[in-house]
Amino acid sequence: MSSKLAKIEKRTAYLLILPSVLLVFSIILFPIFSNIWISFKNVELKDLRIPEPRAKKLVKSIKDNPTQIKIIYKLRNSSLTQEITNVKFKDKYPDNIEPISLNNKCQFKSNLLKCELGNWPKKYRENLEIVFQDTNNQEISKKELKSYKPKLSGKSQNILLTYEFTLNNFKKVIKDKAFIDLLSTTFYYTFFGTIGAIVFGILAAQMVNQKFFGRTFMRSVLLFPYVAPVVALAYTWELLLDPTSGTLNNLLINYQIIDGPINLLGQKYVTLNILGFDFKLRLALTTVIIFEIWRYFPLAFLFILARLQAVPKELYEAADVDGANPIQKFLNITLPQILAVISILFMIRFIWNFNKFEDIFLLTGGASGTRTLPINVYQQGFSIGDIGMGSAVSIVIVVFLLIFMFIYFKLLGKRADEN
Amino acid sequence: MKIKNIFTYCFISSLFLFSLICIWKILVTLQGIELTNFNFNKLFIFGIILCAINLLIGKKLNLNIKIILLALLFSIFDYFISTNLPIWYSFGIFLISLFFFNNIKDYDKNFLSKNHSSQKLFFNFLTLFGITLFSFVILFPFYMMLVTSFKTQALLLLNPLDFSINFAQGLPELFKSYFIVFKDYNFGRYMLTSTIVSLGTVIITLIFAIPAAYAVARLNFFGKNFLSTSILIIYLFPAIVLVIPLYTIFSQLGLRNSIEGLLIVYTATTLPVAIYMLQGYFKSIPKELEEAGIIDGQNWLGIIFKIILPLSLPAISSVALYVFMIAWNEFLFSLMFLDRPNTFTLSRAIQFLNIGAETPRQYLMAGSVVVTLPILIIFVYFEKYLVSGLTAGSVKG
Repeated sequence: MSSKLAKIEKRTAYLLILPSVLLVFSIILFPIFSNIWISFKNVELKDLRIPEPRAKKLVKSIKDNPTQIKIIYKLRNSSLTQEITNVKFKDKYPDNIEPISLNNKCQFKSNLLKCELGNWPKKYRENLEIVFQDTNNQEISKKELKSYKPKLSGKSQNILLTYEFTLNNFKKVIKDKAFIDLLSTTFYYTFFGTIGAIVFGILAAQMVNQKFFGRTFMRSVLLFPYVAPVVALAYTWELLLDPTSGTLNNLLINYQIIDGPINLLGQKYVTLNILGFDFKLRLALTTVIIFEIWRYFPLAFLFILARLQAVPKELYEAADVDGANPIQKFLNITLPQILAVISILFMIRFIWNFNKFEDIFLLTGGASGTRTLPINVYQQGFSIGDIGMGSAVSIVIVVFLLIFMFIYFKLLGKRADEN
Repeated sequence: MKIKNIFTYCFISSLFLFSLICIWKILVTLQGIELTNFNFNKLFIFGIILCAINLLIGKKLNLNIKIILLALLFSIFDYFISTNLPIWYSFGIFLISLFFFNNIKDYDKNFLSKNHSSQKLFFNFLTLFGITLFSFVILFPFYMMLVTSFKTQALLLLNPLDFSINFAQGLPELFKSYFIVFKDYNFGRYMLTSTIVSLGTVIITLIFAIPAAYAVARLNFFGKNFLSTSILIIYLFPAIVLVIPLYTIFSQLGLRNSIEGLLIVYTATTLPVAIYMLQGYFKSIPKELEEAGIIDGQNWLGIIFKIILPLSLPAISSVALYVFMIAWNEFLFSLMFLDRPNTFTLSRAIQFLNIGAETPRQYLMAGSVVVTLPILIIFVYFEKYLVSGLTAGSVKG
């Protein structure tokens, strides 16, 4: 009895999860694996169009002979790069019409014209002309002839399904001189974006954790950058930072803090003089990181605030009795309590910042030293049009991602053990 | 020791007062009023003097009278060193200094001789200043977005610092950019597409996720543990590594430039988190209720519909709102899959507007307001649900 019930339970369970599993498999897992396939191929954006045989039908009347008519098929291979093999042609005709003469490729049987057109190389063009005669010697209506459309079929190699593989994409990715630069930019962006978001998250959470007028309102406001659409925010920032008519530059010039406008999103380096030493700061990258921090610190704030509110008040009271100062209280009570949350947060944010595409793409498009790995996927795949290269860069991302995830789940497991 | 405390107190307090005044001055500048100097030296020194006076008076005077007196002194001083400014500017200065002196009114010699008084002072001010600064930095871009959409090209170029809203010109003139964005740039259509796509994603995701989450939470089957861990792993894979294969497959299947294609992708990418969030909640529902259902002769479907769903409405609403937010804000897939204007979503349309040569910025900002406002209204109205959704789903973002 119970085993029967268990069986039913099992079957129901599979039935309930099957749709989700199928969908996720086909849209998420399958593409990740097909990335590997594509990355070993030499595919370009223009190869993705499946080549098809096309025909344009022209109907022409013959002078002084209304009972005959000439049909011209303008045939062509739509692809500029690939050949189509074994092209077959089919067209329907009204009753009482027959061709006068046919070449050996074609046959006419029961109102159907069928042709075997063989193999078409790339860019192939041909005209097929056939003259038809009405069997009852009546006038042929052009309109009816035009209403039938020819059907063509042919086999072409789908470049994605061939078994030709190449290592060139990966060679190009790794040999590229900019690859090291790309990696360092990505890590720079990821690391400082993550750290900054967490630091500001802690500050904000500390503030909101105190009682003051308008606290709930403040909590909502702090989450605004995170919930608003990135497109709107990125373009607003772009206007804000614009060198000529942007508010920030004009404000700084107005108060005589800077002499001339600074192109915060378009200038790669700026030289800072600190204590007599010249520092080269990556300006556009820094601006993008600041945007990143501005947009994502609310998330860290939310997490840390939830944890802070769970810290027992007795700890602080005991510290007051011991005469601890605020800094000591923060370092010895608050920080150890939120450290676990921070480490998890750091990993999650690190993984996500590593993959961040939209923010940089919308602000700078990857120009002036802000090209990270995800931006490179887009540029290789869609700006240059080399799908194979784009996939190879994606694979690089996935490899890094797997390493990060391994660390993350180790951390998560360790934390679960502690609890 | 005491001297040092008094000195730090005066210094920090005055610096804080000056920072507040600076923010106020920046805001005033942004109303189109010409103001080019913060007057750091004079204001800072005068602030130190006033703070010292505050300390000297201590509690000898009625506290309310004390703060009004000090605030008045400060405002009058500021009025004399700055020229040609409207009366509301000085009134603002008065209110800020009132707020400031109200905060330091309790400090006297006794307080300063206590342990860690200067650190406490510092953190108090840091909190106050932090709240002001954080609100300013966060709200300013939103404010700028809104005000720019009310302006004309000529006004924007004339004075980029003028962020006042001129209500005198009448409403039709004020909302002109919005009329143009909806009429000439077809934003009504894009808004409809965005709404359909987002609502569709929510509905399909819930239809798929509720049964699956129930199975993961309650039923025993082979591979259950594997499934529940892989949900999280799958969720961590970003859109950017899916985009090239999906693009190739979708363009060969003819699914690009279609709402259906977008719906499939959005549903698949939000499903893992929806299942993850829901199964956590389902586990917290007492099992006895379902057992009672089984005794009453309900099948699995009946249990889900009659027992689980009514009990987990809060969780379902937060999943729904979270998924809606993700779908509404999504940009990468809509950039990749849509290149015909008749299928654009709002995000894609704004990006298209921006790359279009020389689109006036007030139209761009009007479009941005159109895409931002619904999501902010939903957020403020359903904050409780959305915040729990954000916390649970925040592994992604």
